[in-house]
Amino acid sequence: MPTTRKLYGTRLMLLSWAAVAVLGAGFALAAFYAPIEADQGFSQKIFYVHVPLAIVTLCGFVFGGVSAIQYLRSGDPRHDLRSYTAIHQSLIFCVGALITGSLWAKASWGQWWVWDEPTLVSFLIVFLLYATYQPLRFSIEDPERQSRYAAVFAVVAGAFVPINFIAVRLADPLIHPRVLNQAGGDLPGEMRIAFYTSLVGMALLFVTLYRFEMASKHARAQLKSIKRRLGEHATSTGGRSAAPRITPS
Amino acid sequence: MPHHGSPHGDVMRLQTRSPEVAQRNTPSTFGAARAVLQKDLRLERRAPQTLVAMTLFSATTYVIFHFALDRDSVDGQLASGVLWVTMLLAALLGIGRLFVSDRDEGGLEGFLLAPVDRTALLFAKGAALLAFLLALQLVAVPLFALLLLGPTPDAGTWLQLLLVLVLADLGIAVVGTLVAAIAVQTRARDLITSILALPLLVPVMIGASNATAPLLAQAGAEPLPGRWLALLALYSLIFGLLAYAVFDFLVED
Repeated sequence: MPTTRKLYGTRLMLLSWAAVAVLGAGFALAAFYAPIEADQGFSQKIFYVHVPLAIVTLCGFVFGGVSAIQYLRSGDPRHDLRSYTAIHQSLIFCVGALITGSLWAKASWGQWWVWDEPTLVSFLIVFLLYATYQPLRFSIEDPERQSRYAAVFAVVAGAFVPINFIAVRLADPLIHPRVLNQAGGDLPGEMRIAFYTSLVGMALLFVTLYRFEMASKHARAQLKSIKRRLGEHATSTGGRSAAPRITPS
Repeated sequence: MPHHGSPHGDVMRLQTRSPEVAQRNTPSTFGAARAVLQKDLRLERRAPQTLVAMTLFSATTYVIFHFALDRDSVDGQLASGVLWVTMLLAALLGIGRLFVSDRDEGGLEGFLLAPVDRTALLFAKGAALLAFLLALQLVAVPLFALLLLGPTPDAGTWLQLLLVLVLADLGIAVVGTLVAAIAVQTRARDLITSILALPLLVPVMIGASNATAPLLAQAGAEPLPGRWLALLALYSLIFGLLAYAVFDFLVED
């Protein structure tokens, strides 16, 4: 069946291996090749996980917002599914960024949470906002309206993110010296190579997981339609979900 | 109601056939917005409900703050925080009720049947919420000064405070209308209103509380920092445009 090959095809396989290889290489470079930072010592290595996670999270939210705009313009449910999957997954990455940020704060400043690190605080607020995406979808029954409202949410939340960053930064009179957070701006060469490799690896990981999720959604929709054609009642596979319902192509 | 042949579309067709008739029968966006706003205000005046609840809620919250903080008077940043947390939570009550009567009594359907621009509803509801917030603060802010506030503000400080209140209310009204329009169509309306509005209003609260704090300082009012007013204005502007852009998608059915 051509669709089966499309779902579990060589492309997804290649992508998975590429993600594993690049992310592995990035972490290996971070651990063994990049020099130990003079100020913070070994604990600074979490930088190579935390910052890529945060950047990929934001890109995922942006992609979710752009897909939402495309959905609102076209009404094509596939865009809604893209938006849903991207936001859902970015939310998980966002939790990862918050946890690694908290660990880093503990290691360098001795506290699990610091309010004078505006990026981290902004991330918490962004997380709290996007965490309402699922409850919002769950509480709207009509699928078409659910998609439409979720898309409006994704657009509004996408616009909220940069303003929120500005507001939180303004609220902070004293900002920690940010030698290392400026995404490679003044990193020494070895660190920069390790950082960018980790970033690409993390992005590949996001794309791979996203593709798997999309493949699973399509497979589930196909299974449902096959069951319906066989005359069975389409029973829900898995738990209650607010994921967009799609008709298999 | 069929999804495609919307009444709006029919009017468009009518307009191409006989412009004069359609022109005469179609009220302007502004006229429609004013009619809806007047309806909302009249409803509240004849059977006061939301405003009374918001005012009582604020007064009780002050009492709770008195006991929770164990303070007879507050000043500076703490006073500003108490005031704005109370205003924010009271505003949530208003946001939660904004579209409820229209949905329950069929006002929304009536509006959708009327040959007017959907944006009129956004303007009307935003203005209604702004009016509610200002009316609430007309009572709740002097009450705060009476019950909890340590320093006594002079006339100039009151004027500056009024400026901050209006700018912050504008932000709350814009975001609140957007959230209310989303939440009214959901099953768990109250929950969605709160969890959606609170994070979206964090920047407004940052601006409002930081702008208010120097005005309520114990040692006498300090000058109003302009950057917080700029933040409040910018936030209202951006979310106003955003609400204008997406509102049509929230009221089509």
